[in-house]
Amino acid sequence: MTDAPGQPPADDERPGRDPSALTVVPVRHPWRWVTGVVILVLLAMLVNSLLFSYRVRGGTREGRFQWGVVSHYLFTGPVLRGIVITLELTVIAMVAGITIGVVLAVLRLSPNPLLSGAAWLYIWFFRGTPVLVQLFFWYIGIAYLYVNVTLGVPFGPALVTFNSNTLITAFVAGALGLSLNEGAYMAEIVRAGIISVDEGQTEAAQSIGLSKLQTMRRIVLPQAMRIIIPPTGNETISMLKTTSLVSTIAVADLFQETQNIASRTYEVVPLLLVASLWYLFFTSVLTVGQYYIERYYARGASRQLPPTPFQRLRQALGPTRTTPVPALAEAPWVAPHD
Amino acid sequence: MTDVPPPSERPAATGRGSVPMIDARKVRKSYGRLEVLKGIDMLVGRGEVLCLIGPSGSGKSTFLRCINHLENIDGGELDVDGELVGYRQSGDKLYELKDREVCAKRAEIGMVFQRFNLFPHMSVLDNVVSGPVWVKKASSGSSKDRARDLLARVGLADKVDSYPNQLSGGQQQRVAIARALAMDPKLMLFDEPTSALDPELVGDVLDVMRDLAADGMTMIVVTHEMGFAREVGDTVVFMDGGVVVEQGDPSEVLTDPQHERTRSFLAKVL
Repeated sequence: MTDAPGQPPADDERPGRDPSALTVVPVRHPWRWVTGVVILVLLAMLVNSLLFSYRVRGGTREGRFQWGVVSHYLFTGPVLRGIVITLELTVIAMVAGITIGVVLAVLRLSPNPLLSGAAWLYIWFFRGTPVLVQLFFWYIGIAYLYVNVTLGVPFGPALVTFNSNTLITAFVAGALGLSLNEGAYMAEIVRAGIISVDEGQTEAAQSIGLSKLQTMRRIVLPQAMRIIIPPTGNETISMLKTTSLVSTIAVADLFQETQNIASRTYEVVPLLLVASLWYLFFTSVLTVGQYYIERYYARGASRQLPPTPFQRLRQALGPTRTTPVPALAEAPWVAPHD
Repeated sequence: MTDVPPPSERPAATGRGSVPMIDARKVRKSYGRLEVLKGIDMLVGRGEVLCLIGPSGSGKSTFLRCINHLENIDGGELDVDGELVGYRQSGDKLYELKDREVCAKRAEIGMVFQRFNLFPHMSVLDNVVSGPVWVKKASSGSSKDRARDLLARVGLADKVDSYPNQLSGGQQQRVAIARALAMDPKLMLFDEPTSALDPELVGDVLDVMRDLAADGMTMIVVTHEMGFAREVGDTVVFMDGGVVVEQGDPSEVLTDPQHERTRSFLAKVL
């Protein structure tokens, strides 16, 4: 800070203005203390209720939240199998959803009105109906409407025929419903990203001879990613939880497995906690992942990459911040930043 | 080189070498009901530096974009290096070019934009090799060597690994010139290359363009830098309202304009 350019005249040239001789009195913030105490009291009440309070059930005293039961079921086989199903559905739905979304977004921006119209129609339909209704439709409706699913020449001979009931299991119906629905939402997110990229980028890419496809893949989409990633992270976290809807069509996901156990043992609340803890754990993992992906795509957009949480921690603990007052006293004309 | 003969006195083209780089005849272009180019005639010889001046909205940039196939023309005929822009002639029919053919044509023409338009997600070096590697399918190693040479030529050898937003406007524009040169263009188009720059950065960019002109590159420069036009330009063309008002040797057009509109424009910018 002291070697900043634009030094004012030295102190001896400005008599009676020696800043290092003065005492700095910081502004007091009494309300920060009051609100801080309120928060601490509320926190203490919450911890007490969660960990140390009891309730009487059938004449015996037991911990209110039955953490023993929670930890007993946290890593049992059915719960872990449910987690695998939940994660599988999340990955399938997001990968398929993003793929559908990119294709739909490009189609919507196509100059061919039939293509952009078809994409619009898709988004209109899948965004306009509840995902729960769509799940039921795929699980029950398809087998009801079409006993057999046939691949072949349109209006011509059939090549392969499947029975709907064997083709569309509960898991397939769940994956299909979530993917198609997610595709509609992702299409709008990707489209927003694409139109956020400056037209000059397309012109520059075309002026050096890149084809339309190359321009989209090499120039526009990588820059659109910066806009696309945050809402996509949001969608992924949302999807992880939305998969619990498939329990309604009898897919044995995390929520369904915990409900199965609860209906057997009547330990309803502890098993809701088991499910919640796992959902919280995976959304936390996703949040961290999203942070690093965002950081990666920030290259070129911000002059300096934002610090990782570890770098921020090191910065906070490091020696740079421990002596702000002497630094200020030496150079009071430098506006304190950061 | 400095005298552009009027269309009636143009020599008949025989071989490639004698064909002018740009031959525009009554080029017209409209956006909806707004006619931006109202019949442009222009002839640019090989190695010639033509400076295009005129008020904003006069159609200068649009004409550049037409040359580079970024816009289709609505009338007249525009030849670049003896070949029609946007069409392929076979017998008495004009076939519209396919996307791939248009890309190949664009790859032979370098273009530098007012707003630089570097690719912000790529390093300076990757910006310069993007054309050779992706369009010409050149090897990455040799392209990078050549890109380093080009960046050294525009005075940015030490910025190879920087990202565009770490550079000043003048540096970005010089990278943009290197990026265009990496494609070995036969023609360079400059669309107000110094208009978005701080005044003290203009000189570096103009120096690079001056060197390029000295090396014999054919250049069309839309500019408001009258000093550059006078010093480097072989020809100055003054456009206004979608037509060419006056053209000729820079020393004549800029010092002794024949048309009233040229005079009033120059009085404002000089």
